[in-house]
Amino acid sequence: MTDPVLDVKGLKTYFFTDDGQVPAVDGIDFHVKEGEILGIVGESGCGKSVTSLSVMGLLPSPPGKVVDGKILYNGEDITYASESRMRQIRGNDIAMIFQEPMTSLNPVFTIGSQLIEAIRIHRKCSKKQARARAIDLLKLVGLPRADELVDEFPHQLSGGMRQRVMIAMAMACDPKVLIADEPTTALDVTIQAQILDLMLKLNRETKTAIIIITHDLGVVAQMCQRLVVMYAGKVVEEGTVKDIYNNPKHPYTKGLIQSVPDMREKKQRLYSIKGSVPKPGSIKKGCQFAPRCEYVMTDCLEQEPQLTGNEHLVRCLLYRE
Amino acid sequence: MGESLLKVNDLKKHFPIEGGVLGRTLGHVKAVDGVSFAIEKGETLGLVGESGCGKSTTGRMLLRLIEPSAGRIVFAGKDMTKLAKSELRELRKDIQMIFQDPFASLNPRHTVGRIIEEPMIVHKLGGKKERKKRVRELLEVVGLSSYHAKRYPHQFSGGQRQRIGIARALAVKPKLIVADEPVSALDVSVQSQVLNLLQDLQEQFGLTFLFIAHDLSVVRHFSDRVGVMYLGRIVELGASKELYEDPKHPYTQALLSAVPVPDPNYQNEKIILSGDVPSPSNPPSGCTFHNRCPMAMDHCKTKVPELKELEDGRLTACHLY
Ligand SMILES: Nc1ncnc2c1ncn2[C@@H]1O[C@H](COP(=O)(O)OP(=O)(O)OP(=O)(O)O)[C@@H](O)[C@H]1O
Ligand SMILES: Nc1ncnc2c1ncn2[C@@H]1O[C@H](COP(=O)(O)OP(=O)(O)OP(=O)(O)O)[C@@H](O)[C@H]1O
Ligand SMILES: [Mg+2]
Ligand SMILES: [Mg+2]
Repeated sequence: MTDPVLDVKGLKTYFFTDDGQVPAVDGIDFHVKEGEILGIVGESGCGKSVTSLSVMGLLPSPPGKVVDGKILYNGEDITYASESRMRQIRGNDIAMIFQEPMTSLNPVFTIGSQLIEAIRIHRKCSKKQARARAIDLLKLVGLPRADELVDEFPHQLSGGMRQRVMIAMAMACDPKVLIADEPTTALDVTIQAQILDLMLKLNRETKTAIIIITHDLGVVAQMCQRLVVMYAGKVVEEGTVKDIYNNPKHPYTKGLIQSVPDMREKKQRLYSIKGSVPKPGSIKKGCQFAPRCEYVMTDCLEQEPQLTGNEHLVRCLLYRE
Repeated sequence: MGESLLKVNDLKKHFPIEGGVLGRTLGHVKAVDGVSFAIEKGETLGLVGESGCGKSTTGRMLLRLIEPSAGRIVFAGKDMTKLAKSELRELRKDIQMIFQDPFASLNPRHTVGRIIEEPMIVHKLGGKKERKKRVRELLEVVGLSSYHAKRYPHQFSGGQRQRIGIARALAVKPKLIVADEPVSALDVSVQSQVLNLLQDLQEQFGLTFLFIAHDLSVVRHFSDRVGVMYLGRIVELGASKELYEDPKHPYTQALLSAVPVPDPNYQNEKIILSGDVPSPSNPPSGCTFHNRCPMAMDHCKTKVPELKELEDGRLTACHLY
């Protein structure tokens, strides 16, 4: 067993707003090892992006603040690391791909100059060498006309092309961990297939650990080995993708898996979970899923369940000893 | 075979591209470029294809929210493109639309009751008392409560707002509903609620649907027949089970193979297309798919394939057949 490259323990990130305190991430545990692809799934607002921003040290602060827990990178506690240390880590060790690539590419600089900068943070080389490497990277991610593209601006590219530039950018620094926050949500399926294929190659060739954050159960099934299911700021289930899909334990995970249509066969009627996702902090005690749960017991409204189990963990009173 | 409620023949929409100081027309975006299909009473026709292929433009032309550049729309035996204003108004009542964005499509300053009543006022249906009664009924029909009539849209969740949009569309007892991405903005767990509701309403009121979505699994689930669009044209059309199980057009094959299936025990052979979807202002010659097609032959570059019947009811526009 190798040690995890990234280990997040009991992370709590709150926002302190005029309307009060928002527990966006309320005690999250997960880890990823070298060469592994981990999926984090959850619906809108469950805290996926806040988790990744916390890890990257990119949380808007104020109002956001890590109030508890630890983020360990190769054993080093980076939870409250200095901005200069975080910049080093972002340039060399942990890279991130965002949902909307336009917001993460600078519109006033060419693709090339942004790539060259990323390359030169990582290794000492001349501008000319860096430019050659930039073109190589653009070719590597399957972009056509790479030698012209280096001199173009982000707005001249399509969404899929920009996302490939972001991946090239991430590869420029040879990261140990790549966090991809909904990398393909804004893209068409044929382009999504290209990008996912590229991420798989990167993972196989360089052993980069990848964390894919998504709400798409199909993407997880096709890409990841392990999975973390989030609901309302908490991890409700964790295990291998096969264990969770073949034998989901948490009533939320069960409902979620049953409610998505499968292209291969038509179900007469889809399963549906009643109600909708709660606002963070609106359910003050007991299990966050209790109001929507079809197995709810009286204890669920009072007592907060803990994440229990060995390889396949679940946060639900149905499984208490 | 039942009778067709809607028949669309060689429908086109070319948007002018204006530019220069004089606002001269520099070219055209061929958003929809010769689309033909029919929908039977009580049937659902799904329309799929990647971003920008012309799905919404097609849907909006049926309601005359966009004026067609050419082609015929025959609804319930009447040629809509030839009708006088008053007759058109009458027909408009029979075709209603459900929009993608439940946040943007409801007036935030109006109560939910007012929003649902609006189309009845426009079409001068019933007295005030009757209309109010119908609003209460409709709220119950879509799974909300009559007391919700007094509230404002911002007090509802995404799924509930989509229900309000559905109630509004049903208010004037339409025969055909154009649903443009009705569940794409919703959380996974709420999507199935709304899909089930639409299914129930269809059975209850014998509704006919044009169901537009880019999610191929959702379209398979909801549609009897499916049309696949690429760059403003239908490239394949057929019964949904047959089309999904045995796609004929290389684009349909690639599109379906790219969908991530939510089952880790299943790995399909992905056909990764190179390149992006070309711009509809400057589509490739011949078959517009030839530059990305893994099976392209020489004459595909010059000759436009026609949509032809292959076997019972399956239409394909491809030179392979
Ligand atoms: N700057 C902020 N101030 C206050 N609350 C915030 C802020 N940013 C995020 N939140 C809240 O934190 C919660 C988690 O947000 P987050 O962006 O992590 O969700 P997500 O899981 O990434 O959702 P999505 O799938 O929509 O991207 C949300 O309820 C959100 O409203
Ligand atoms: N008013 C307009 N003026 C000019 N071009 C337009 C206009 N409306 C749409 N288009 C163009 O027509 C093409 C088809 O657009 P449409 O919205 O129908 O696509 P779509 O298939 O619905 O895509 P999506 O899946 O992204 O909703 C696109 O290239 C779009 O940019
Ligand atoms: Mg997010
Ligand atoms: Mg559209």
